[in-house]
Amino acid sequence: MRRFEYHEPTSLKEASQLLTSLGEGAYFLAGGTDLFVEIRERLRQVRHLVNIKRVPGLDQIEWSDQTGLRFGAQVTAGQLEASGYLNGRYPNLRAALKALASIQVRNRATVVGNVCRASPSADTIPPLIADGAVIETYRPGGGRHIPLAEFFAGPGRTVLEPGEIVIAVTVPPPAQGSHRAYLKHGRRKAMELATVGVAVSLEVEDGLCTGARVALGAVGPVVLRAPQTEAILVGSRLDAAVLNAAAEQAMQECTPISNVRASAEYRREMVGVLTRRAVMLALEEAA
Amino acid sequence: MNKIHLEITVNGEARSMMVEGHRSLLDALREEAGLTGTKKGCDVGDCGACTVIVDGRPVNACLMLAVEAQGAEILTIEGLQPDPDTLHPLQEAFMEHGASQCGFCSPGILIMAKCLLDRNPLPSDEEIRFGLSGNICRCTGYTKIFDAIRTAGRRMAAARAQSVEA
Repeated sequence: MRRFEYHEPTSLKEASQLLTSLGEGAYFLAGGTDLFVEIRERLRQVRHLVNIKRVPGLDQIEWSDQTGLRFGAQVTAGQLEASGYLNGRYPNLRAALKALASIQVRNRATVVGNVCRASPSADTIPPLIADGAVIETYRPGGGRHIPLAEFFAGPGRTVLEPGEIVIAVTVPPPAQGSHRAYLKHGRRKAMELATVGVAVSLEVEDGLCTGARVALGAVGPVVLRAPQTEAILVGSRLDAAVLNAAAEQAMQECTPISNVRASAEYRREMVGVLTRRAVMLALEEAA
Repeated sequence: MNKIHLEITVNGEARSMMVEGHRSLLDALREEAGLTGTKKGCDVGDCGACTVIVDGRPVNACLMLAVEAQGAEILTIEGLQPDPDTLHPLQEAFMEHGASQCGFCSPGILIMAKCLLDRNPLPSDEEIRFGLSGNICRCTGYTKIFDAIRTAGRRMAAARAQSVEA
């Protein structure tokens, strides 16, 4: 591996100060499953790594009926998947975790790291956005709560300030009549980056859709909410005509590019297919 | 560059070594501990040849720093055998079925198969596929590997049933 200096702070304050004082080329290390690859392939010039895994208090997974699910920055994808808190509540996030890389990678990769890497194709981001997740940070001047939908500034970029650390993610509890799903499209089932990812989170009362959030992954510079698609779903009975209209609208709302994994045209087409399918799957999977 | 004093337990044996902060667990196991059974294939977490068990969980040793394993218990392919004269049922079955060809992926696949069978000795094909989705074999087409895992699983289940009766 390319050489770097390794640092192991034991408090948030120390970690934040280290990152700020070490300056350019200093990065936080969580799971490392993406960062080590970037270092080896020389995609990122790293002089200092500040490992946050010895900071106490960041390894918790908690559930409360009032505030929902909360998991700390050190929680791995594998731990969250195995925790049991997702069953029946967040089937979309569960599906995203299960589709992330491999078992070995999930045992190291943190969910917060997957979010902070800010890749438009990250599996955990669409379901977390569709479920209204909020980012909790530490800052020397006082931490912030940032809705995940407002967290990303572009591919690989977030609104975090230098030295600001994400300490946890909170996902509100599912409302009555919640229906959720995440569908990932790729060439194979495992060890794959999403060509398109679609998460939907619906509230349905007596067959009437009273709430909808649709998040589209890998079809824009950041994971996108599709507000006009949501508007078509809300107030409807989610019949075939509505699903077709929503699928059409989602295709209009996304802004895909062509790259090595797929063309823009193909991605747009798949957004339509997956949006329709995700709504149907969500209706089958009562949260 | 400063070296860090690392204390780990590998295959039941306490090991102490000096490693640089940027060194991967894989390099430390192969070069400092001399345990070259764990293979370096892609070195970026795609191939699974470097899979080892750290504190009960399988990980890619290439995607972890050696210093991150401070105090950990590690099982490598060298520790799969219950004792020097006895092979693990998976090793027996891999030989019987010819499940190794070039053999480079075998250490990682054996470790993942052990993780799978310890939890679920009679896995379905889908469960084997899911369990091995982080491991690449370029020779066998996986058929013989699946056959060997099913055989080993059946024997492990039978042995477990027997030890419960006894």
